[in-house]
Amino acid sequence: MSKDIRIKKGLNINLVGAAEQTTSKAVLSNVYAIRLNDFHGVTPKMLVKQGAEVKAGEPLFYNKNKENMLFVSPVSGELVEIVRGARRRILSLKILADKEQASVSNDLLNVESASKEEVKAYLLKGGCWPFVKQRPYDIIADPDTNPKAIFVSGYVTAPLAADLNYVLQGKEKELQAAITALGKLTPGKVHVSVGKSENSPLAGLSGVELHKVSGPHPAGLVGTQINKIDPINKGEAVWTVTPQDLVIIGELLLTGKFNAERIVALAGSSVKAPKYYKTKIGTEISTFLYSSGVEGDNFRVINGDVLTGSKSAPDGYLGYYNNTVTAIPEGDDYELFGWNKPVFNKISATRALTFSWMQPNKKYDLTTNTNGEHRAFVVTGMYEKVFPLDIFPMQLLKACMVKDLDEMEQLGLYEVAPEDFSLTEFVCVSKQPHQQIIREGLDLLHKEIG
Amino acid sequence: MSDKKLTFKKRLHILKHHYRGKKMAPAFNALHTFLFAPDETTHSGSHVRAADDLKRTMNTVIMALVPVLLFSMFNAGYQHFSAINGFPQEFSLMNDFLTWDNFWIGIIKVLPLVVVSYGVGLLVEFIFAVIKGHEVEEGYLVTGMLVPLIVPIDTPLWMLAVAVVFGVVIGKEVFGGTGMNILNPALTIRAFLFFAYPTWMSGDKVWVYEAVERAGGPDAISGETILGYLAQNKGAEMSYSVSDMFFGFIPGSVGETSAFLILLGGLFLIFSKIASWRIMLSAVIGSLVMGLIFNGVVDAGWIGETSKFYGLMSFDFWQHLIVGGLAFGIVYMATDPVTGAQTNRGKWFYGFFIGFLSVMIRVFNPAYPEGVFLAILLMNVFAPTIDHYVVRGNVKRRMKRLKNATILPKDSAGKANELHAETV
Repeated sequence: MSKDIRIKKGLNINLVGAAEQTTSKAVLSNVYAIRLNDFHGVTPKMLVKQGAEVKAGEPLFYNKNKENMLFVSPVSGELVEIVRGARRRILSLKILADKEQASVSNDLLNVESASKEEVKAYLLKGGCWPFVKQRPYDIIADPDTNPKAIFVSGYVTAPLAADLNYVLQGKEKELQAAITALGKLTPGKVHVSVGKSENSPLAGLSGVELHKVSGPHPAGLVGTQINKIDPINKGEAVWTVTPQDLVIIGELLLTGKFNAERIVALAGSSVKAPKYYKTKIGTEISTFLYSSGVEGDNFRVINGDVLTGSKSAPDGYLGYYNNTVTAIPEGDDYELFGWNKPVFNKISATRALTFSWMQPNKKYDLTTNTNGEHRAFVVTGMYEKVFPLDIFPMQLLKACMVKDLDEMEQLGLYEVAPEDFSLTEFVCVSKQPHQQIIREGLDLLHKEIG
Repeated sequence: MSDKKLTFKKRLHILKHHYRGKKMAPAFNALHTFLFAPDETTHSGSHVRAADDLKRTMNTVIMALVPVLLFSMFNAGYQHFSAINGFPQEFSLMNDFLTWDNFWIGIIKVLPLVVVSYGVGLLVEFIFAVIKGHEVEEGYLVTGMLVPLIVPIDTPLWMLAVAVVFGVVIGKEVFGGTGMNILNPALTIRAFLFFAYPTWMSGDKVWVYEAVERAGGPDAISGETILGYLAQNKGAEMSYSVSDMFFGFIPGSVGETSAFLILLGGLFLIFSKIASWRIMLSAVIGSLVMGLIFNGVVDAGWIGETSKFYGLMSFDFWQHLIVGGLAFGIVYMATDPVTGAQTNRGKWFYGFFIGFLSVMIRVFNPAYPEGVFLAILLMNVFAPTIDHYVVRGNVKRRMKRLKNATILPKDSAGKANELHAETV
């Protein structure tokens, strides 16, 4: 069964430096790192000591608040460093990889006949649970909740993000195994979306409700699709998994081993030869960044796409959930009369002497410059043009800023994740930090209401 | 490296860091950012941002006002000389209107208004920014341009200065500055002038340069606005044609007269997506509806020619849009995003009532022939209420969805039974 979703509101951000569809094998990294920032709201409790030898798939730590939620090592090697920050908070774990990789072998699970509890326990033990995220709150799913549906978005509209149709090629078996397993975890449906006129490996899956999506960004964001298909109500939860993580879940189910291998798109205008690399979660980004060559030395490396990714040093590590690494020029320079001269080389949602509307298909080379200073909210009606959810974006942002819990709840904070506000943040004339505001609002709501 | 090799840009950069954290930093930064867009980069969230900032937005509105300002400078002279010599028999744009003599009157009368408005207003903004330690926000850039365009030409400069201080402090800064104010600051200034110095804001002596000074003398001149004529039921004495009204060769507040240029400015603002077309369109509809109602009342014979409302009520409904400040108010003041309705649906109601009430106030209260500024201020006050109900509509939809939803229990609750939501 298939339902079409057409999104009209939105904005495609066309950037130069899309990854060419060829895949190289990245140089093996010496050190792999797990960054705790990737697991929002998780308080880690270590299971192994510094200096211990671990196998790939062996648990490193668990979540203090959900003790059965294990986080495993992507590779086998020695835990060489536990990087701590203020108040001894763990920031990242570094593992020096062995030459010969060894994995933990879990007993195989018969996915077809397994019960819900068996699947859940298997994923938790195998270290694949962190790939399942939940809304509300945009955190790793609470294994005790009963999600009303599970959503997988196979439609990519984010700028320069990895093309899932390409990276998922040949992974149909893993995808199907993962979907079959996840289907047991919800009494509702598993919603899978693909691009309308795209030939996606996800389109042939069975046991799913397939949706064909078309329209500009943020049509590909799972939050947009949830809002159009089955919006979240207070007290409900839905789970989301990204397709590239389905592959890892599927592989665990089929082989019993946690395989952190992933095809990553290296993109952005600061990369000389943007293309795909086969590598592993937690790898040093430099293992493939410099193979493609970089332009100049003043660029920013982003774990993820330019709208939702996190800033990383060039010698940083690939994030747990990222299948895109973007490098774009830093914009830390002044621009003479930048506020009033006609603009041809930047994207804008208006026509205020900005001319991106004349060439909707032109590709732009944007920098990290904010193009203006932080101001109070002034302009109205602009966010609504790029925000297809049935929610008042500015009112919700303001409710979060003044910490009005009732208002946040009523205006639909349960339905959103920070990434849903990445486009409104992009077009914001007042340069307000939308994603941060929403994140803080979600954290507050989670803390107060639970 | 010697200092001489530093570029201007670099020197300013060094100065900026020198001033950082100091008391005068906001003042320096405000000037600096006018010259150079800052070198700020993104810290959280989206790593790239769209090209527009608040300065660009404000600047777009100012660009839409420039033709109006230039026209008003010529019109200042044109009205002055026409009041002395009579209107030219065969009007020629180049010979009678766009002349150096006319423009000179504009330079000595209109330009000082602009200079005082910006000078005093920005000074107040800078002082507040320095005291409160925040950046100078750009709100006054538009206000400062609007103010000289909505006052009578002979407004004394000290009076304007006092009004600007009042408007910026009481109308805006006490609420927290740009983005926080409830009333449109430019209209607050206009209202202050109107109620504090009424003799300077109405009558037939204030709309033409020198009319006040010459009053009572042998060379006395006067210029009554069209609304003034109509309010006194003297419509027949008017010598202005509809095309005069549309193109703006009539007396009135400095910048409000040319409906034609205001229309172009409005189209430019709609095209550039800076101002809300919903507000403009609904305000036009609102004023037409009210005008039609009044025309209907006259046609039905409910009101005779002796009625004091006859002049304005019988005025063709659509002509309300091209006389007085209605067009100017709709395009440049009603669309202020801070004080107007903020939801798309709310904008329709907000705009409609501005048009509707403007014409109503115009007709029913001859003491305030210019109703538009009162109508907009009134709707400024009601805008949050309108938005409240629009937003409640969205909340209600969400509540209804929740009521019909089946909330699944937590697994740990151990029950597979489906519970119906009892939270609402």
